[in-house]
Amino acid sequence: MRIGLFVTCLGDTLYPETGRAVVTVLERLGHEVVFPAEQTCCGQLHANSGYPDEALKLVRRFESIFGSYDAVVSPSSSCVGHVRELAPELAPRVFELSELLVNRLGVEDVGASFPHRVAYHPTCHSLRVTKVGDAPLRLLRNVRGLELVPLERAEECCGFGGTFAVKNAATSSAILADKCDAIEASGAGYCTAVDGSCLLQIGGGLERRSGGVRALHLAEILAATESA
Amino acid sequence: MKVSPFPAAAEHELANVQLRRNLRAATDTIQSKRARVVAELPDWEALRDAGSEIKADVLARLDELLVEFETAATAAGAHVHWARDGAEAGAIVARIAREHDVDEVVKVKSLTTDEIQLNDVLATAGVRAIETDFAELILQLDGDWSSHILVPAIHRNRTEIRDLFARTIAPGIVSDDPADLAEASRVYLRERFLRAKMGVSGANFGIAETGTVCVVESEGNGRMCTTLPPVLVSILGIEKLLPRFDDLEVFLQLLPRSSTGERMNPYTSLWTGVTSGDGPQELHIVLLDNGRTRVLRDEVGRQALHCIRCSACLNVCPVYTRTGGHAYGSVYPGPIGAILTPQLIGIENASSLPYASTLCGACYEVCPVKIDIPRVLLHLRAEAVRARGRSAERLTMRIVGWTFESARRFTLAQRVARTAQTPFARGGLVRRLPPPLSGWTRSRDLRAVAKTSFRSWWAGR
Ligand code: SF4
Repeated sequence: MRIGLFVTCLGDTLYPETGRAVVTVLERLGHEVVFPAEQTCCGQLHANSGYPDEALKLVRRFESIFGSYDAVVSPSSSCVGHVRELAPELAPRVFELSELLVNRLGVEDVGASFPHRVAYHPTCHSLRVTKVGDAPLRLLRNVRGLELVPLERAEECCGFGGTFAVKNAATSSAILADKCDAIEASGAGYCTAVDGSCLLQIGGGLERRSGGVRALHLAEILAATESA
Repeated sequence: MKVSPFPAAAEHELANVQLRRNLRAATDTIQSKRARVVAELPDWEALRDAGSEIKADVLARLDELLVEFETAATAAGAHVHWARDGAEAGAIVARIAREHDVDEVVKVKSLTTDEIQLNDVLATAGVRAIETDFAELILQLDGDWSSHILVPAIHRNRTEIRDLFARTIAPGIVSDDPADLAEASRVYLRERFLRAKMGVSGANFGIAETGTVCVVESEGNGRMCTTLPPVLVSILGIEKLLPRFDDLEVFLQLLPRSSTGERMNPYTSLWTGVTSGDGPQELHIVLLDNGRTRVLRDEVGRQALHCIRCSACLNVCPVYTRTGGHAYGSVYPGPIGAILTPQLIGIENASSLPYASTLCGACYEVCPVKIDIPRVLLHLRAEAVRARGRSAERLTMRIVGWTFESARRFTLAQRVARTAQTPFARGGLVRRLPPPLSGWTRSRDLRAVAKTSFRSWWAGR
């Protein structure tokens, strides 16, 4: 299957290793991945900040770039949710990575090995907008050596919220502090999720606390073949 | 009225350690009680659908339903008044008090009367309004205001309340045991109930078919106010109507489970007109608009009028559970306040409220009448942008949009950012940034722009 990769503006710029991991996993499973170089941003930033006209322009642009692919994959559930809502025709072919693997390709074991304790943070949009369900957990359970640890109040927001993180920095920081407390208390060495933006927030908070816990995108765990 | 900007107000509240601890404990408890009793009902989702559909129908036919309500209530012996805004409603209540030579009224806890600052209006007219809900009484005695729809004094602890009572209604009280505090307020309130000549209430529901008014409560003080005084005035926001008496079946299941996490609330009072020799002999019903017809005109925003004030959205909100209600600067706090207040008083007067949300969607998930709060928030953000006109943010967003419309411009922007971050980045992280981005780095490091973007890695593959 020819799969178009939407790496997201944030992933392209700040987290290229996440996109590379998506390529690794899908190619390992024998799929052809294509990165259309014309892509930039899906428009979610504008939609969430009160600029619907700009957002719509960028979604249309996305449609014209990805319209011809059998499937489109992205490591960001919130971008997927946003595109699905504003481009209903394309919606059935746009997937967040774990959805593509589990629901579309029927794969739960991607042959990864990651011998560490990991906490999974179900991001708000993956849970309530894109509704990826337990697909990420099914994948994690099949990673060799990985110990999944429970996270207190897992379903509570990390406090990111796009421009909220800057506009309401004090409140965003207060919410994040509780999330970081829960992650550190879980005993995990890594916190994973399916949204780069939430990982930017959580990872930034964990780094600042220097507690030795890291945020890591699900794709990077699935790409790993570390031995114990 | 203008609401002061949320970010600064929130920052002030966040510094209150007592508030944060109380909030967390109280909202956690209510939230899990709610989840438990909701899970018991196999038809919960169907009930939510029914609630949402009935409310949508009410808003679509509000004009006829209001007239139907007025006709039925009048036939049952009530006097129905129409008030365009808070000032008109206040004047009506004050006039009724004056006609009966009343200088003290007992009140049922009511957000609608808080919305129109009825107590202040009455005070100006020489009438003292006594709040009879335990928490409302505490706030009134201390000149404070509510920070939670259901638990107005959520930000207070019992020692504070004991000290307050010692200064006001119960000189000499030493115990801060909840039962003793309740007893002190009971002694004080009983006296007021028995001498009151006029009661004032809001309403949870008004039934168009029968002209019935319904109040749902926990303490029973409301029933005292609505049955003991000979004159009763009930103020109804016009969106509180339900078409038929049978519709209560849906809402009396949705409300207590969402609100207090109980299967049924302790007191549900219903009254239709007056009954000779029983209860108030004169009933006035004030139908209040106060901005609601304007909200009704907005197709996306109008669903905020479905709200039954259960407060479930507050208890699950990551923002509200940290900042509390005062940060919202309005009678309606939390997610519902963020979408209702700007619509009631005008977006230009509360433009920061639609941004007081992470868009996590937890509110929408629990709302018993399925108000799509995140959707309305986005709608109001767009309105706030329009109302603000030209601004630095708007210009920035335009430029960012324009950059995203071309891969070439975007690639160039990545390169510029990589160079610009040089003085700030170390080891792949940025620890300090100048304003406005300093908001980010106050509590978080920022991932630096990667040396090799994904697209250049792909191109060289
Ligand atoms: S918006 Fe919904 S959840 Fe919030 S108070 Fe109103 S009815 Fe309850």
